[in-house]
Amino acid sequence: MSKQPLFEIKNLKRYFPAKGGKTVKAVDDVTFDIFPGETFSLVGESGCGKTTCGRTILGVYPKTSGSILYEGEETAKMSKAQLRQFRRRNQMIFQDPYSCLDPRMTIGTIIQEGMNVHFKRTPAQRNEKVTELLFKVGLTADFASRFPHELSGGQRQRIGIARALAMEPDFIVCDEPIAALDVSIQAQVINLMIDLQQEMGLTYLFISHDLSMVRHISDRIGVMYLGSLVELSPTAPLYEKPLHPYTQALFSAIPDVHRGKKEQRIHLQGEIPSPINPPSGCKFSSRCPYAQDRCHEEAPALRELEKDHFVTCHLAAQL
Amino acid sequence: MNENAVNSIQEQALDPKDFQIQGADTASAELFARKPVTYWRDAWRRFFENKLAVVALCLLIVITLCTIFVPIFSSHSISAHDLLNRKQWPSAQHWFGTDDLGRDLFVRVWAGGRVSIIIGVLGAAIVAVVGCIYGGIAAYFGGKVDMLMMRIVEILSSVPNLLVVIMMSVVLESSSIPTLLFAMTVTGWCPIARLVRSQMLQISRSEYVMAARLMGVSPLKIVVRHMIPNTFSVIIVAVTFRIPGLIFGEAFLSNVGLGVQPPNTSWGALSSAAQSSLLYYPYMMFFPALLIALTMLSFTLMGDGLRDALDPKLRR
Repeated sequence: MSKQPLFEIKNLKRYFPAKGGKTVKAVDDVTFDIFPGETFSLVGESGCGKTTCGRTILGVYPKTSGSILYEGEETAKMSKAQLRQFRRRNQMIFQDPYSCLDPRMTIGTIIQEGMNVHFKRTPAQRNEKVTELLFKVGLTADFASRFPHELSGGQRQRIGIARALAMEPDFIVCDEPIAALDVSIQAQVINLMIDLQQEMGLTYLFISHDLSMVRHISDRIGVMYLGSLVELSPTAPLYEKPLHPYTQALFSAIPDVHRGKKEQRIHLQGEIPSPINPPSGCKFSSRCPYAQDRCHEEAPALRELEKDHFVTCHLAAQL
Repeated sequence: MNENAVNSIQEQALDPKDFQIQGADTASAELFARKPVTYWRDAWRRFFENKLAVVALCLLIVITLCTIFVPIFSSHSISAHDLLNRKQWPSAQHWFGTDDLGRDLFVRVWAGGRVSIIIGVLGAAIVAVVGCIYGGIAAYFGGKVDMLMMRIVEILSSVPNLLVVIMMSVVLESSSIPTLLFAMTVTGWCPIARLVRSQMLQISRSEYVMAARLMGVSPLKIVVRHMIPNTFSVIIVAVTFRIPGLIFGEAFLSNVGLGVQPPNTSWGALSSAAQSSLLYYPYMMFFPALLIALTMLSFTLMGDGLRDALDPKLRR
């Protein structure tokens, strides 16, 4: 991909203060690019900093250090007018469809809320737009006068998508948009998101721990462990040949009806360490089955082992 | 099913015409849709669908109007003694009878209601305003300010309420309405402050506020559209439920002799005066007690109705 990236995230860090003067390194030195039109996924287990990373990119949390370039422009230094545009063009879909909609607003008002800030329209045009958006996400016009509690989880998630689309965005952070839904509804919502992407040329940052779904939707994937990126690759090579020991263990956990009995799952030892006090050297060294002395002492850098396939491991080439 | 039947079904050509929806299309669904309504209008409608709450509201309006107009237009005066007509049972002349100094109880009960209702409503208003400001400041600044302010609230609310009220009345050595109000609201705002703070914190960290921020909605609009409606409904209900407590508090204070002093009166003072002759003249106790009960009940029922109306989850 030689295109100009939409987002360039360089050495991004986001630390939270914890009790007793300690810091939680939620996102610790993460570097990646997001190109226009692609779906970039962040995967990893709970608490690895995926969500924090997505939120920091959109400026929900201020970053601790590093840089976030949006079309070559540092987001923290944008002027008011630029920030206004940034807010319109970059949206977010939330994990919990129950808490992301104001219970005291009707669906119509919810969808209009952000739209009215950025587009000048007459009330009739606004209602028309709401109807159009509701159709677009597979609902009907009569939803506009309902309240969120009258809707099912899948319908609420569609409202969340319609609210984001109302801003006519280029880029949407999808923060585990299907984690709270039934499996049958998950597929519907994902397919809707794929259709919308093709129709409107959207770029997605897709945050998930559902590896099968991520494979289905992603162009490129970043695997996170304890706040750091351990592997970064296009989808196909990553699933065929994961290079990092953590990714290998993670992917061996994907349930598969065709898996032979001989193929054993990799069981990692121990619990995920606390992000307050991560292991020295390679963060995965405390649980890595291949760890050597070097891994405990020296933190590996992200290096390109194969074309477009990056990994943070000293030993990846030999494994 | 035998094999032939299966084959014959498969052989039949499937025609897309057989799978068209008859009668209903998405466009006509709009015809059945409810008219779009705003939150407040919807709440208003739901309140008026609740018959018990509407009856309570009407009763409160009638009681309030009576307390205002009966003492003005009645031929009897609150303080005019008529020693020839002492302790008269209710009659056409004196609807609620007369007390031991021959004063007309009908007028006195309504005049006494003024004090009770003013204390109830004004007290609740003071509690609400102070509680909102205090709780709002604590939630807004957070951190150490919040910590300190909430510890103060905890200390204040751990002191028994009536003890504070009695001490205040004794120390201030006056029993006017402002004193009573001050005594009863001096710690009364604490629960409201807590409520406002917790509600504000919860809402400001909710995902819908985050979504609004990310869409570039201004902080002022977020406060007006999300914070206030979501906090306000909770406060309205809490405050409505406080009014009966305040009315009862006043009645209690007057009953133990720390409230309103004669010739002015209140429902509590009236029932207190009636206590000594309860066995022989129960009507003297009956009417003020009835009105205390009715008013408190009405406020409670109205609070119930408001709570149901302001919570869209209970929408039918």
